[in-house]
Amino acid sequence: MAIETLPEPSIAIAAPPRPRLGFLTSTPIIATATVCLVAIAVMSISAPWIAPHDPLQLLPAQRLKPASEQFLLGTDAYGRDVLSRVIYGGRISLLIGFGATLVSISIGLIIGLFSGFFRLLDAVLMRIMDGIMAIPAILLAIAVVSLSGASVATVLIAITIPEIPRVARLVRSVVLSAREEPYVEAAIAAGSALPKIMWRHLLPNTVAPLIVQGTNFCAGAILTEAILSFLGAGISPEIPTWGNIMAEGRAYFLIKPSLIFWPGLLLSIAILSVNLIGDAARDALDPRMKQREAK
Amino acid sequence: MTSPVLTIDNLVVSLGRNPDGLRIIDGVSLDVQERETLCLVGESGSGKSVTALTVMGLLQKNALMPIAGSITLVGEELLTASDRRLRQLRATRMAMIFQEPMTALNPVAPVGRQIDEVLRTHTDLDARARRKRILDMMEQVRLPQVERIFASYPHRLSGGQRQRIMIAMGLVLEPKLLIADEPTTALDVTTQKQILTLIRDLQRDHGTAVLFITHDMGVVAEIADRVAVMRNGRLVETGPLQSILRTPAMEYTRNLLSSVPSLVPRAPRVDTTEPVVLETTGLGKIYRERSFLGKAREVAAADDVTLTLRKGRTLGIVGESGSGKSTVARCIVRLIDPTSGGIRLVGREISNLSRGLLQPHRKRIQIVFQDPYRSLNPRVTIGESIAEGPINYGMPRADALAKARELLELVDLPPDAISRYPHQFSGGQRQRIAIARALALDPDVLVADEAVSALDVSVQAQVLELFAEIQNRLGIALLFITHDLRVAAQICDDVAVMQHGRIVEQGPAAQVLTHPQQVYTRTLLDAAPGRGWDFANFRPVAAAV
Repeated sequence: MAIETLPEPSIAIAAPPRPRLGFLTSTPIIATATVCLVAIAVMSISAPWIAPHDPLQLLPAQRLKPASEQFLLGTDAYGRDVLSRVIYGGRISLLIGFGATLVSISIGLIIGLFSGFFRLLDAVLMRIMDGIMAIPAILLAIAVVSLSGASVATVLIAITIPEIPRVARLVRSVVLSAREEPYVEAAIAAGSALPKIMWRHLLPNTVAPLIVQGTNFCAGAILTEAILSFLGAGISPEIPTWGNIMAEGRAYFLIKPSLIFWPGLLLSIAILSVNLIGDAARDALDPRMKQREAK
Repeated sequence: MTSPVLTIDNLVVSLGRNPDGLRIIDGVSLDVQERETLCLVGESGSGKSVTALTVMGLLQKNALMPIAGSITLVGEELLTASDRRLRQLRATRMAMIFQEPMTALNPVAPVGRQIDEVLRTHTDLDARARRKRILDMMEQVRLPQVERIFASYPHRLSGGQRQRIMIAMGLVLEPKLLIADEPTTALDVTTQKQILTLIRDLQRDHGTAVLFITHDMGVVAEIADRVAVMRNGRLVETGPLQSILRTPAMEYTRNLLSSVPSLVPRAPRVDTTEPVVLETTGLGKIYRERSFLGKAREVAAADDVTLTLRKGRTLGIVGESGSGKSTVARCIVRLIDPTSGGIRLVGREISNLSRGLLQPHRKRIQIVFQDPYRSLNPRVTIGESIAEGPINYGMPRADALAKARELLELVDLPPDAISRYPHQFSGGQRQRIAIARALALDPDVLVADEAVSALDVSVQAQVLELFAEIQNRLGIALLFITHDLRVAAQICDDVAVMQHGRIVEQGPAAQVLTHPQQVYTRTLLDAAPGRGWDFANFRPVAAAV
């Protein structure tokens, strides 16, 4: 039965979602958010060089001074330079935001991969995760900090722990659906070892949802650190973080609102930027979202 | 001469608003008369569904635009009709049924209420009269226990029953035109036969004009009065059924028809005394389902399956969905663990080996899956996908990639494809790549699980030819799982018919498919659409004998 070759209908399939950075400048709003976030990050990293004063230096004679040439944003109740403290404060806040995201995603990814692939392990791991999720995040964080003393490391851990189950569940669900794909079964039939299957065929599927979850949590972590500091359960008060500065400024709010205004403004801009970039990342990585926009 | 119910005149549908944009439908003219079934056939991407959706006014707004031509339904122009008018027309003058009735029905409402909604919107009948009319319609589509089904949710019904509900919903207001878009493609052959008969009977009783869209020439031979062949958005030819099947005017139609595999088994090959490469004895797989509080429920997906496959031969497992044929295939490849029975692969028992011990035997048996779009990792290049197996078994990377190039040539693809990604290939090409990947380990047995079912007939014919050629050249044994008796007739030496997890009949293809001993096999053969027609030779089967 000879058949003249009929041209096969070519069906256009969207390229698989790959993380590309083009979305960062896709709209003016996203571009502004990117610029703001980069500016805040640069400011925080270069704090020792650009801050006009030592953020810890007490000048009892200069308490609660208004803005002047010497102190651009004035001084706080101990005579410390507010501008320097706000600049330094960004370091801790951003460190905790990005640090907690990185740590929680790394640990959650491993737990999720394993519980998605081994049914026995899954039963145990997921019950532990359920247990952690049953405790309110702030409560758990306060408990961890009060038990082990306040330091940047403990606050980081305290913020990270409640997030791990969420990441683990997300990864697990992606793995559970991806392992049923014929290409994963074909790899099993071809004798691929388990680590290879995980690394090559399962892990790439988790990238897009994790970027979204990550940016979302990053903003949340910065906020949680500020809340912990504000509640007095965070990093010790002399170390400047945006939350600490605001917590102290609360008492002098009526006399000197700038103590709350400046760190609050930077905090809002940072969180808004991260959230906007996260949303843009989600849209850029999910082809279905693009379709919906096109309609 | 009756007046046409539907007239499509020189319709052009383009992508986007731009008049110079890509034309999805390019100058199609059709008409459907009262009491007539016009079959619109074509391969995927030919524009048959878009034509139907344009008639219904269901095109995605701003994505696909009809930019020229006209569509008239009983004298009324549809392309310029308002949305409101179209909505009225959609239930009262024209109705559409879709391929997958599960997704076309609302899963959270009883089916009776869903039909009722049509009547509530478009008639002034009171609740009692509406219910009476719905039950009457449900009886007309031959649903059993209509009162019970009226109150049932869609997931409670079988695929065939759901499609009957869709037909009832479509016809309850006695529309002049029924558009059926591949309504039986998702159904088993026996159910398909019932639905086709039903549509024909209802058409006779109500005088409905039917525009029937299908890719299956067998179905066309069963139901069509006239046939319109489409390709790439253009009409290739139109004509009465007999003249299209007997004397197609266009080259494309001839090719399409000659690609349809014949139900008459191919000439049997001489029996071989080659060694047995695969043997299952009493293979069984039981799924246990434990509900939250209730007792465990057991489902035997495969029961006492005994098969023998010799080197260089092809064994087909045929059966309807849920018959357990895929379960058997997956047990044999050890993607799932069988509950009982033995699997001997090249003389070695593998049914009880653990994952680790199985490793050296895996390369002897490989599998090709049904869905070409999901069987290749979209993020890995073709070369890497094919080379993965050999690298697992210790071949150096460079050699494995060189082998991938050779294999691509073997399956008629350019060797430079190795650096490309799966989305750059069509379905048929991807299936060739999947075959190349399966061959990369030089297996003794190749399992094809519905490997040609998702392909258009012309591509299907090419892939079947490829399988035969590979078998000739490499002496590989093929285990071919399919629901399509035509495919089985063309490629298999032996056939095993499965039903409810058991093998009901087994033997040489020529014997099983022409002189079936079991009732079930006979039912399957009877239900095969277009069984009386030898498409490739443009004549009825009876004439060939």
